[in-house]
Amino acid sequence: MDRVKVITNRFFLQGLLFVVLLLLATMPLYVRPYLIILLTTIIMYVVITVSWAIFSGPTRYISLASAAFFGVGVYVSAMLGQALPLPVVIAVGGLVSLILALFIGLLTLRLKGMYFIIFTFGVSELIRHFLLWWETNFTGTVGRWVVAVDHTIVYYVMVVIFMMALLTGYLIKRSKYGLALRSIGEYEEAAAHIGINVTILKAMTFAVSAFFMGAAGAIMATRWTYIDPSIAFNPLFSFMPVLMAIFGGIGQLYGPILGAAIFALLEEILITEFPYYYMLLFGIILVAVILFLPNGLVGLIQKWRRGGLEG
Amino acid sequence: MFEIILDVVIGGLLMGGIYALIAVGLSLQYGVGRVLNVSHGEFIMLGAFATFSLYTVFGISPLVSLAICGPILFIIGFLIHRTLFQYLRGTSESIGAFADSSLLASFGLLFIIQNVALIVWKADIRGYSYLDSSVSIFGALFSANRLVALLFAVVISLGFYSFLTRTRLGKAIRAAAEDPETAQVMGVNIHRVLAICFGLGALMAGFAGVLISMMYEMQPTMGLEYTIIAIIVVVLGGLGSITGSLIGGFILGLIGSIVTYFDAGLSLIAYYVIFILLLLVKPTGIFGR
Repeated sequence: MDRVKVITNRFFLQGLLFVVLLLLATMPLYVRPYLIILLTTIIMYVVITVSWAIFSGPTRYISLASAAFFGVGVYVSAMLGQALPLPVVIAVGGLVSLILALFIGLLTLRLKGMYFIIFTFGVSELIRHFLLWWETNFTGTVGRWVVAVDHTIVYYVMVVIFMMALLTGYLIKRSKYGLALRSIGEYEEAAAHIGINVTILKAMTFAVSAFFMGAAGAIMATRWTYIDPSIAFNPLFSFMPVLMAIFGGIGQLYGPILGAAIFALLEEILITEFPYYYMLLFGIILVAVILFLPNGLVGLIQKWRRGGLEG
Repeated sequence: MFEIILDVVIGGLLMGGIYALIAVGLSLQYGVGRVLNVSHGEFIMLGAFATFSLYTVFGISPLVSLAICGPILFIIGFLIHRTLFQYLRGTSESIGAFADSSLLASFGLLFIIQNVALIVWKADIRGYSYLDSSVSIFGALFSANRLVALLFAVVISLGFYSFLTRTRLGKAIRAAAEDPETAQVMGVNIHRVLAICFGLGALMAGFAGVLISMMYEMQPTMGLEYTIIAIIVVVLGGLGSITGSLIGGFILGLIGSIVTYFDAGLSLIAYYVIFILLLLVKPTGIFGR
């Protein structure tokens, strides 16, 4: 009975995923350009949140360095955009973020809990302030121009990055590395004792998750066309994925996707409807989610399904 | 040369006094209550803006505002802990999980307080002049308000330190910081003590805000920078150590003053570099256990 349920479940999810991807792929053919731009933003948040969850979900290390990885991608795009073709720029953006993350990951081996959180936040703020100082003192201008790319191309690139991030997350999750990462989250010392190379695994996963953030930043820069350190390294890019992932539920891979998609849409509606109260409402939602939805939407769905099946 | 050194040192002490005050509040909230309150700076901002309004609208002296803003912010902080954080503490699986969720909740508080302030006071940069005549100390010039602020920062810090070491409530707070469960067994009303700690943190932030408003311009988004400085000082002094926070504040103030002398744009960068190096080399801080 249970086995049948599991199988139908898997077919249902795969079918749903297929339909969603088909919809995403054909979207530019029949909707207005505005919706494409909106969808690009939403998928950008989904990419950042899913990549954040690849590392922070199983290990329970809350990283606030997403803005650093995203911003590095944005700056790579600004500096190389004119010289190199788009796919190369995006790949380089992702790789530079990956190297930065590997470096941070190897530096922070000893830091746990609160120390890790504030360290990652400190690193991303340090980069922002350093860049701001560097640009004003040596380059002479604070902002930079990025070569613009057609909206539809930006959209398709973002969808491809999303699919790659999702596939990577899925493959890691069902491999032995996913299990190892989860055991680090449960009890790191025990994980180390049963022979998991905790340090390398954490640093590698952190780096892989940063790759997609950097790639998303590189393509997003071409849509913004003008960037400066405060736009590229906006601390909100560090907080949003945490909030969106918790809102969706961290346990399953579809939780962060759901959370990011709903939240990004909500953000767009709030900004247009209540431009002055948007951040206030955002704060209230954040507190309410933490108080009343500690396991996120996924937790709510699971509870409802369990309740529905039993009762 | 002597004047430059004096200028840098006294300037550093002036800044350090404020940093110490801010950090002590945060240290109390995190060291005892395990709430890394990132909205700490917003309470500083509230104190500063309340003082600004009281001074420009009603003509109330900022030094009188200390006695008004402090208690009001204490009550706000107390109530926030009694409702929000007490509930979170009750529903969290472990103290580590509580530390994470309370950090995120305080981000929510940050956005709420900051945006209420933006609606009330608008996004403009504000300031007022109070005691801005200059005083000469061995040839180095300082405005009177900065010296008054330093004096009050030192008096408040010392007063607070003796409150912690000499009174019954102070003893209960220190006991709760050591081991909340055992303190509870010994008859400490833990929820009340934790709420009082959070309130006292807000009170210290409010005091700091009043003093900051006498010296610097302010805007509703100023909070986060002070929060970050407070976190750096708290880590520098050792998480949970009140004495460490007091001394750490003065050390960071001096470093900031020296760096500012060479390039003002580098001071925040220097703070971050110190912070990151410290976390890598000795995360428990200079006075940590």
